[in-house]
Order: sequence, then C-alpha cells, then structure tokens
Amino acid sequence: MIQIKNLHKRFGKLVVLDSLDLEIKTGGIFAILGPNGSGKTTLIKSILGMVIPNKGDIKFKQKSVLQQWGYRNQINYLPQIANFPANLTVNELIEMVKNLRPKQAGEQELISLFGLEPFLNKKLGNLSGGTKQKVNIVLTFMFDSELIILDEPTTGLDPISLISLKMIIQKEKEKGKTILITTHIMSLVEEIADKIVFLLDGNIYFKGSVSELKEKTGQDDLEHAIAKIISRKDV
Amino acid sequence: MFKILKYSFYDLMRSRWSYVYFIFYLALGFILLFLNNDVNKAVITLMNIIIVLTPLIGTVFGVMYYYNSKEFTELLLAQPIKRSKIFMGQYLGISISLTLSLVLGLGIPFVAYGLFRSSAIFDFSLLLLVGAFLNFIFVALSFNIALSNENKIKGFGYAILMWLFLAVIYDGVFLTFLVFFNEYPLDKFSLIATMFNPIDLSRILILLKLDISALLGYTGAVFRKFFGTNLGMTLSIFILVLWIIFPVWRMNRKLKKKDF
Repeated sequence: MIQIKNLHKRFGKLVVLDSLDLEIKTGGIFAILGPNGSGKTTLIKSILGMVIPNKGDIKFKQKSVLQQWGYRNQINYLPQIANFPANLTVNELIEMVKNLRPKQAGEQELISLFGLEPFLNKKLGNLSGGTKQKVNIVLTFMFDSELIILDEPTTGLDPISLISLKMIIQKEKEKGKTILITTHIMSLVEEIADKIVFLLDGNIYFKGSVSELKEKTGQDDLEHAIAKIISRKDV
Repeated sequence: MFKILKYSFYDLMRSRWSYVYFIFYLALGFILLFLNNDVNKAVITLMNIIIVLTPLIGTVFGVMYYYNSKEFTELLLAQPIKRSKIFMGQYLGISISLTLSLVLGLGIPFVAYGLFRSSAIFDFSLLLLVGAFLNFIFVALSFNIALSNENKIKGFGYAILMWLFLAVIYDGVFLTFLVFFNEYPLDKFSLIATMFNPIDLSRILILLKLDISALLGYTGAVFRKFFGTNLGMTLSIFILVLWIIFPVWRMNRKLKKKDF
C-alpha cells in the first residue's frame, strides 16, 4: 500500500529522517514506535503531504504522492492535537468536513457511541480536551477509507472511550483496512498491533511482530524491550 | 476554495472581534458626523483614521487568525484539498469579513445622514474602496510574515513592526531624505518611494480625488504634476492591485515548500 524510498527530512540542521525505507502492505495494524523526537510524526506527515521531504519518494498505491492532493481522499487522519475553530458548533464542523470530502460518511453511529449528542450544538471552543478528542475521532472514522493514520489517538480519553476506540480500530481492521498508529502506550500496542515499526535516529531500527521484538531483545515485556533498545543506543 | 472561504467567513462573523470592529466604525461614523456636521469634512477626517487603522487591524487579524487556526489548518491539510486553496480561502475569508465590517460600520451612519443626497458620495466610496484595498494588502502581508515564522511571538512582533514601519517610520525616513538631499532633483525618487508604501499611495489616491492641494504634500503635488489627477488615480489603483498580487503570489510560493 505504501512504499517509502530513501526518505530524507531535515529541519534546519536537525536530521529527522535519514534515508528511510519502509514498505507497508495492505491490511493490519502497524504501530509506529520510537522515543520522543525520533521522527514518527514527521514520517506520518510526509505520507500525508504535510511535510515535504528533502529527498526520496513516497508511493501510495504505486503512485508518487509528492505535490499531489487527491489521494488524501483515501486516507483518514487523526492529528495529535485536536483544536478546531472556536466559533463553529460540533455539528457544523462535521458537516464542513463531510462537505470537503467527496464520499459517504457515517457519523451517526460514532456520535452515539461516544455519547456526543448533548454537545452537537455547542461551540467547539467550549468543549473540554477529552470531548474535543472524541470529536476528532468521529471526524477520522466517519469515512470509509483504505488507510487510517492515528497520531496519539488516546490523548485525553477516559477509559470507556478508550475501550470504544479499540473496538472501532478492531472493526476497521476486520474490514481489511490498513491502520498506522503512533502511541507511547505499550499495553495498547501489545493488545492491537500486528506489526511494530521502530524508529530510531531517523531510520527503521526494527520491523516485525511484538513477539519477534521480545525475542530480539531477550525481554518478556514489551515496555522493557522498547526501553532496552532506547537505552542501548544511549550507552 | 469557496467552501473554506465560507467557513472561515462564518467563523469570523461569529467572533466577538468582528463585532467590536464593526461597532467601532459605527460609533466613529456617527461621532464624526455629529462633530463635523458635514459629510465632506467627515470624509477627510475619516481618511486619516482609515489609512492608519485598517492596515493595523488587517495585520493583527491576519497574524492572529493564522496562528489561532494552525491546528485546524492541519486538519484541513489532511483532507483532499489543494494547499493553496486552503490558504486562499482563509485569506479571502478574513479580508472579506474585515471589509464588510468597514463598509457596513461606516456606511450605515453616512447613509443615515443623507450620503446619497450629498456630493461626497464618490469621495466616500473611494474611501471605502481604499479601505478594502488596505485590508486585502495587509492581511496578505501578515499571512506572509506568519507563514515565514513558526514562533508566534516573533511573527506577531514582525507584523506589528511592518505596520509601524509603513505607517510611521517610512514617512520619517522619507522626509529626512528629502531634507538631506534637497539640492538634488527628487521628483522621481519621491514618486518611486511613494509606490513602495501602500499607505502613502492610498493617501495620495484619496487626496487626488478630494482635490485638496493643502493636504497633498510634496509627493502628492509631484504625483499630480507628473500624472495629472486621472492618470495619477488610475496608476495608484493599479499599483495597489500589484500590492495585493505580489504578497499573494509569494504566499503561494512559500506554501509549496512549507512543512506543517
């Protein structure tokens, strides 16, 4: 589904992605992990065309995405920080995003799942952080797209909503979707991820399943396995 | 693009600041008419205010809107829309809503006072036109500054500095130049220097129309001598259009390479 070749990205002097190669096949949940500042968000944003790479190519369904925009109709993206125009209501925002994408949306089910009905006519500026994140999730999942990219989806969610979120992710996976997810919550990774892509120093340090990672590091616990990789690099 | 424009426009139309701005102009219009008791005189006073204030408001609104809607812009960038369309939509949304506040805020008191029966109607329309130009120009300039500065405080500072420079400092430097080099023929220099400042240009445009020699000043007089009233006005409007086109062009160019 996605082929990334020789991707370079620099912000000033800071090299964030350094000749990164990655292939993501159709179907399944891919967890993109790595320490803070390892380039997870930059990688995701490059796929979306929000960050423009210095070098290299990204192909989505065999077509290069650089300077393109139409392909984004096949991607659902959940940004890390949910911040919306303060003077629009939730309903208006949903209508607006629906208006911007030429495809069917099924938001009703999601709205009731997260109990957002009482907020539909409230202005977004008056919502709490967690509620905004729920709106954010509704906006992401209301379209039926082949690729779903989630950047820290659990921020600010209460446990019930977290369970609902996991349920939605599983459902999408069963439909054969490809899901990319970045998170620092290892229990979530262990629970849902099929494959782990571990970024370190702007490159892929490891790609494989959770059990393979545990085997490689000789740890029983994913959290420790990850910690071991990061600390080994520091020594 | 029109969808984005529509939503930015709605968003702004519902913000408190648009109303504050609108009510300010409304009050200003009524007060000026009350104090001057004459549409013609009120137009002149208004010119002095509009020429300094609309650029300031345009600059502040432009920068504030850009930084405040940053995360939302990111959400839009992930949608299947072309980058330039998102920003052009936002740009037009701000410029149009500011212009609307200006036109309605000043229009209502002047119409109520009997503008349509007065000879000042063309002068007044020109004043609003120049106000609209200044809105579009300064919102575009401030968007350029905001796009080039990730840091909010820095961006805001540069934008205010730009306004201060064009509204105040430029004239000071210009004047010093004229005094310093008064032995040389400065006609061409001052003509060109005026074109590089949209605020000066707007002032001359209005004064040419109002035909008040006493207020024209050196550059205005040179302008009139050089081009005559009609050509001078056409030329200054043309340059004001360029003042919109160039920043908008640069904005689009910058966008192509920007990371969000």
